[in-house]
Amino acid sequence: MSSLSSTVQDSVTMLRRDVKHSIRFPMMTISGLAVPIIMLALFNYVFGGALGAVLGGVAHGGSYTNYLAPAILVITVGSGCASTAISVVMDMNAGIIARFRTMAISRASVLNGQVLGSLIRTMLTIGLVLGVALLMGFRPTTDPVAWLAALGLIALFTLAITWMGVMFGLVGKSPAGANSLAQLFLLLAFTSTAFVSTASMAGWVRYFAQYQPFTPVMETLRGLLLGTPIGNNAMLAVAWCLGLTLVGYLGARAIYNRNTIASNPTPLL
Amino acid sequence: MIETRGLRKSFGDHVVLDGIDMDVAEGTIFALLGPNGAGKTTMVQVLSTLIDADGGEARVAGHDVFKEPDAVRAAIGVTGQFSAVDNILTGEENLLLMADLHHLSRRAGRKRAAELLERFELSDAARKTPTTYSGGMRRRLDLAMGLVGAPRVIFLDEPTTGLDPRSRRTMWQIIRDLVAGGVTILLTTQYLDEADQLANRIALLDRGKLVAEGTPDELKRRIPGGHISLRFADASGLEAATRILGEGPRDDNELTLQVPTDGSVRALKETLDRLERAAIAVDDVAVHTADLDDVFFALTGHHDTHNNTHLNTQEGAVR
Repeated sequence: MSSLSSTVQDSVTMLRRDVKHSIRFPMMTISGLAVPIIMLALFNYVFGGALGAVLGGVAHGGSYTNYLAPAILVITVGSGCASTAISVVMDMNAGIIARFRTMAISRASVLNGQVLGSLIRTMLTIGLVLGVALLMGFRPTTDPVAWLAALGLIALFTLAITWMGVMFGLVGKSPAGANSLAQLFLLLAFTSTAFVSTASMAGWVRYFAQYQPFTPVMETLRGLLLGTPIGNNAMLAVAWCLGLTLVGYLGARAIYNRNTIASNPTPLL
Repeated sequence: MIETRGLRKSFGDHVVLDGIDMDVAEGTIFALLGPNGAGKTTMVQVLSTLIDADGGEARVAGHDVFKEPDAVRAAIGVTGQFSAVDNILTGEENLLLMADLHHLSRRAGRKRAAELLERFELSDAARKTPTTYSGGMRRRLDLAMGLVGAPRVIFLDEPTTGLDPRSRRTMWQIIRDLVAGGVTILLTTQYLDEADQLANRIALLDRGKLVAEGTPDELKRRIPGGHISLRFADASGLEAATRILGEGPRDDNELTLQVPTDGSVRALKETLDRLERAAIAVDDVAVHTADLDDVFFALTGHHDTHNNTHLNTQEGAVR
């Protein structure tokens, strides 16, 4: 069997394993769903009035709910980073990974399975969060091409975030460590245009907020779903997605293939 | 089947394998005996392609461990302290996962899984997750997972550490059956009786070096530990017994004589029968069987100092 088809076959096997894990251990998926929905409700019903006044309404695509919903979708993807990191670190510590390493299987398949599983989980979560947003009054475009592009961007961003999550999981060594790294990364979402536009931010923060990974993705998504101007955000968003995917993928692969036992004489527990 | 020359491995400044030369013949059980920290697990990790060595050569099933790791991986099965089962999947699903990774067809995979569950008495627990298993069941599932790919060489890293005596016997029988089927087994253990029961050859690993190697009998001859200690009523009894049983360490003040033994009941009975036929009265009998500490003291000149870490390691292995 060629090495490519064997990689695909082993990755699918690992994906099946990951899906079974998600079904039997659904806490992670549930919290990944609950957090964005709570944030959506909180910012929409509690802070929405005040923040919406600052934004000045229609210029940003109508109601504050409309402004908020695409950002919450991006934050949903971001929260997936932590659950991916935690599930990777738990898997690595479980010892079965050591067994996989002594088997003649595609090395990449172990991480591929995790990434594909997280991708599916996150996209399903996105669907549910989107449903709740629509119920709360989110009124996006009905243009199918724009929707397709929006979902494509979300999928691409999810891929990037998931590979970063896998890397955090491998660097973190413990669930707490992995979670901390992912949460630090997620802080970027709060210094973005998720809740307010850059116009109200202080000088250097504004500059940072404009170019960090979350903002271009959110602004492009708003543009696609609400018809606001996109400008160079689409290009920046795709560049960030590809860049983060590459960093996460190469980083994760390097750490996974490294002799992890050398730094730690206790066998993988 | 397994061959190493000058194998070396250090973790930082700590030398774990200090030039190991070892040969394991096809279809035999080779036991690597030593206390915790001797380097047994590291040896298995290197030979099973889990970690790199710093120097030396190693071949398993005809392939270079460092240059053709995938060929080695295709020929081996690993069970032990560091390999494990998936706790979220059921026993059966764990085996089917292995079948999928060995690219067996669905049908062949199900058949193989059912066979192994049956053989290792896990059929009743097939639909349960390993978190509900006893230690012995977990170990059997772990071993079964390593057998899905029909390996020619099996590494068993402390297969019975932490098991109760009954599970231990079951595991021994499984290991004997495996080797009867033609596979080659490298077993690590810290129990002398386990190595004695199972192995064709035993190597004693101490602080990263092989300090002795041979058949169980050859090794036991080098250990003065196993003996029967006989105490007699008077000096004439001691004299007479020495004439019958041969010279051994004797204490004329305590009126005792030590006779080498393999520790079996039959040997004890034979010794006592011979004394009875000669009408020599024995006041007291004590049997001292050689344990790992005797072996170490005899062959290395120092006692095993690692025993106090034993419990911690077991917890880690069971988790």
